[in-house]
Amino acid sequence: MGSLNLDMGLRDILSEKKPAILKRWFDAIVDTYPANTAEFLKSQQDRFANPVGHAISQGIEEIFDELMAGVDPERVSPFLDNILRVRAVQDFKPAEAVSFIFLLKKAIREEMKNLNGQTLGELPELESGIDELALCAFNVYMKCREDLYTVKANELRNMTSRLLERANIIRPTGGLEPETKEAVIKVKRKEVTE
Amino acid sequence: MRALVPLIAVIALVLLVFAGVQTANMQFLFGVVIPYAAIAIFIAGFVLRVLKWGSAPVPFRIPTTCGQQKSLPWIKQNKVENPSGTLGVIVRMALEVLVFRSLFRNLKSESRDGGQKVTYGSEKLLWLAGLAFHWSFLIIFVRHFRFFMQDVPSVLKMVEGMDSFLQMGVPLFYMTDAVLLGAVTYLLFRRFYLPQIKYISLAADYFPLFLILGIGISGVLMRYIYKVHIVGVKQLAMGLVTLNPAIPEGGIGVVFYIHLFLICALLAYFPFSKLMHMGGVFLSPTRNLSNNSREKRHINPWNYPVHVHTYEEYENDFRDKMKAAGIPVEKE
Amino acid sequence: MAAKLPKPDELAAGIDFRPPKTGWMDTPVELKEGMFCWGAKEKNLKAVSFPNARDWSPKEKDWKLPENWQRIVLEGMADRLQKYRSFKLFMDICVRCGACADKCHFFIGSGDPKNMPVLRAELMRSIYRREFTKAGRIMGSIAGARELTLDVLKEWWYYFYQCTECRRCSVFCPYGIDTAEITMMGRELTNLLGLNIDWIAGPVANCYMKGNHLGLEPHTITSSVEFFLDDIETLTGIRIKPTFNRKGAEILFVTPSGDLFADPGTYTAMGYLMLFHELGLDYTWSTYASEGGNFGFFTSNEMAKRLNSKIYAEAKRLGVKWIIGGECGHMWRVLTQYMDTWNGPADFLEVPKSPITGTVFDNSKSTKMVHIAEFTADIIKHGKLKLDPARNDHLVVTYHDSCNTSRGMGLLEEPRHIIKSVCNNFHEMPDNTIREYTFCCGSGTGLNASENTELRMKGGYPRANAVKYVRDKHGVNMLANICAIDRATLTASMDYWVPGVKVTGVHELVGNALVMKGEKERTTDMRAEPLPGKEGNE
Repeated sequence: MGSLNLDMGLRDILSEKKPAILKRWFDAIVDTYPANTAEFLKSQQDRFANPVGHAISQGIEEIFDELMAGVDPERVSPFLDNILRVRAVQDFKPAEAVSFIFLLKKAIREEMKNLNGQTLGELPELESGIDELALCAFNVYMKCREDLYTVKANELRNMTSRLLERANIIRPTGGLEPETKEAVIKVKRKEVTE
Repeated sequence: MRALVPLIAVIALVLLVFAGVQTANMQFLFGVVIPYAAIAIFIAGFVLRVLKWGSAPVPFRIPTTCGQQKSLPWIKQNKVENPSGTLGVIVRMALEVLVFRSLFRNLKSESRDGGQKVTYGSEKLLWLAGLAFHWSFLIIFVRHFRFFMQDVPSVLKMVEGMDSFLQMGVPLFYMTDAVLLGAVTYLLFRRFYLPQIKYISLAADYFPLFLILGIGISGVLMRYIYKVHIVGVKQLAMGLVTLNPAIPEGGIGVVFYIHLFLICALLAYFPFSKLMHMGGVFLSPTRNLSNNSREKRHINPWNYPVHVHTYEEYENDFRDKMKAAGIPVEKE
Repeated sequence: MAAKLPKPDELAAGIDFRPPKTGWMDTPVELKEGMFCWGAKEKNLKAVSFPNARDWSPKEKDWKLPENWQRIVLEGMADRLQKYRSFKLFMDICVRCGACADKCHFFIGSGDPKNMPVLRAELMRSIYRREFTKAGRIMGSIAGARELTLDVLKEWWYYFYQCTECRRCSVFCPYGIDTAEITMMGRELTNLLGLNIDWIAGPVANCYMKGNHLGLEPHTITSSVEFFLDDIETLTGIRIKPTFNRKGAEILFVTPSGDLFADPGTYTAMGYLMLFHELGLDYTWSTYASEGGNFGFFTSNEMAKRLNSKIYAEAKRLGVKWIIGGECGHMWRVLTQYMDTWNGPADFLEVPKSPITGTVFDNSKSTKMVHIAEFTADIIKHGKLKLDPARNDHLVVTYHDSCNTSRGMGLLEEPRHIIKSVCNNFHEMPDNTIREYTFCCGSGTGLNASENTELRMKGGYPRANAVKYVRDKHGVNMLANICAIDRATLTASMDYWVPGVKVTGVHELVGNALVMKGEKERTTDMRAEPLPGKEGNE
């Protein structure tokens, strides 16, 4: 992989047009929500009152910068995670959840409509970078869903942890054998799984 | 669509009065009968509605507490946002009614990224427009008292003087006229253009706005452009309040009748609409109650006995297990 | 060259993800997996004699409703419109200004328009207008009215069990309209048809028959506590001997049962035990009134009263002087705003007076029940405890206000005073996310089930987002709170959104810092994590 092999011309254009591209990308993403929600996501600037909008606007900028630097899955995944962790619990099907990456292609095309053919010729290179991003995004999405199931499982374990302890190690007369105290400590530190 | 029906309704009202006064000479109907009817509907409807609300009890003390409770002596209570006595409630309600305290919370400047950049959303405009609208409406309403009084009291003249202190134009330009129209226009604009607000708006939200806009425009036209016979207006108004109504000789001007009729429509519509929030806000149990239900028992008039699972039943279910676990029991 | 490039619209595989643009009344409800809880089981509804008890599934088309369900709902509505001024008023006076729209954690997290408080209420107002106002009956949809159809009923069920009655919207409403009041009515009405969720119905049945939500029988409660005592002995070398159902004790202690079984609430329960022992408090636990929380509150007013009655009944039977209540959110909404009205006056009790400091708790002189945070804050203020905050030095703490204790009570400074006395590292979350502006954990009002995890995570996102901010800024690794549901659900929320942040009750922090008379040197905290500077000594 490594750094994206783009002609300086295109690179300059992209960094010059970055704010415009990001705005188009952002708008395209929030338009996947109902119109009134989209308006809220766009207009509420406070990051605590509007965490979803904030996660998207901050996340796409970081992702865009990573794309320019060449897609490195390790580095870009946390940025993808910020957005996908939200979409993984919202009402999106997997394809819908990761599709926001492809909206970047659209945003770039629209912003570059009026350029000459030579610069446009390099777009496929850029777009294969975006395809790589999409693959990373899918991995991240799956990780989020796995986390969700782990959360469910852990919660169940927390709820019943005392029952399990009792079932396993409590003596009929009450009190603990010395060695079981060690076991309790381990259970509490989550070092053992049932 | 949800805005169209109300718009057509208001236009129809205007055409109706225009036709009635201009072509059918029904001045008495529009100048005397309808105003009396409208006022009667307004008063009766308003009172009935409030009585209806009042007839439903407040079974529980449910203030929304927005500050520190009365607690240990060294912890400072927020006596307004979490009142434990009547005075606190009065101040809380006054802030709510006079300066829209709760709506103002939206304005609380919030920092972005934890830094110093303060951002304002459309909510600030909502608070401002709401306040501008209600206050200018009130001032204009008070100004109109000069039509109903033989001698204009000095307080009223002071209000007029302040309202027109810009000293522009003849007749003097009242700021509240512009503020009211501006605020209503903004409130309408929100419902048309902010998707979030548009989505929740009903016909019943557009209708009063169109109506008030119509009242405002007709009033402004009358004062500044199509002059009406002002002495005639006062005659009619005095006649109405002294219960000795008469249509003044020489006519007043159709704009006046449009203005008056739209006001009548608003009055008659008022008790059946959301505009009753004017009365309702005073009755809101999350705001007008003190948070003292731990200190003084609040009575629910319809509190009734319920089936419970008594201790006796419980012990019967578990007596052996309780005894085995060394828990004391009532019956051995 | 350029001509060969695909058109922008083709790039997203030709799928249009944009939502439909229909108005809310014309958008039928779609029950989405992960957003709702399983239906109440027959046996749980029968246990408390609720109507239409049967096994049913929200996923099936047929909800097994009684023939005349519309009549039942409308009569129920008419009845409640006469009983509750709040309900009647809130049906009439909303102007749809939109101030509440983006204040709901479920709307912020899900983006579903029907999660805007104003629309959640309109779901019911539309029926109210049609059935109880002339304008609505005559003008129909122009007046914002619609018929009560099966679709509407399902929509009610779906959205009234997506509201945690947190009251955040009511803080911002210019008329104080409280969606919690409307949701409560929605839940009362759905319960008339047996449309409860099992996560609520189960605990309610348990609590009614056995005294607590978890259905712990008396001997199980004592042996659970026994287990804590073993842990405390291991930690401190001190054997504590609490009592149960003891007549003549000065104080009855009532706390949510969740803390007896579920981590990390168990450590909070241990904190109570250690504190009361150290103070030498003359108090007793009860196995009959073994639940502070009240899931009945999430079904109907009547059921809530039935469950709540046990607290005063037990206080009377045992002849205690007053009551201390443990850390729980909705429990304190009920105790503050409902208990005395339902089951008072508690004239057989005395005005609470701390035996340690002599402080008289005037603010609860009628209910005779004191919040443990008030009790402990008073003790600490009077310097009656020996505390070593350094034992919490491995923790960087922030504090989450529970919805109910902040907006239904105003208990804001007491827990903060405690935390600052027992911890050296404390950082507040941003202002617009704490105190009366606090965000819900996303799982209140009995919505802390497992089948609706997506809903809970969405609803918990605004809170988690603020925690994430202080984690990144100050290195916060512990989220303190005073609510049993928070302790269970925020743990899940943190694991998903802000890994690395754990959740604790305030009295766990007290237990850690508490220097007990005659204790051995502690090397770990209650969770068996090594104390700072004591690593490797174990």
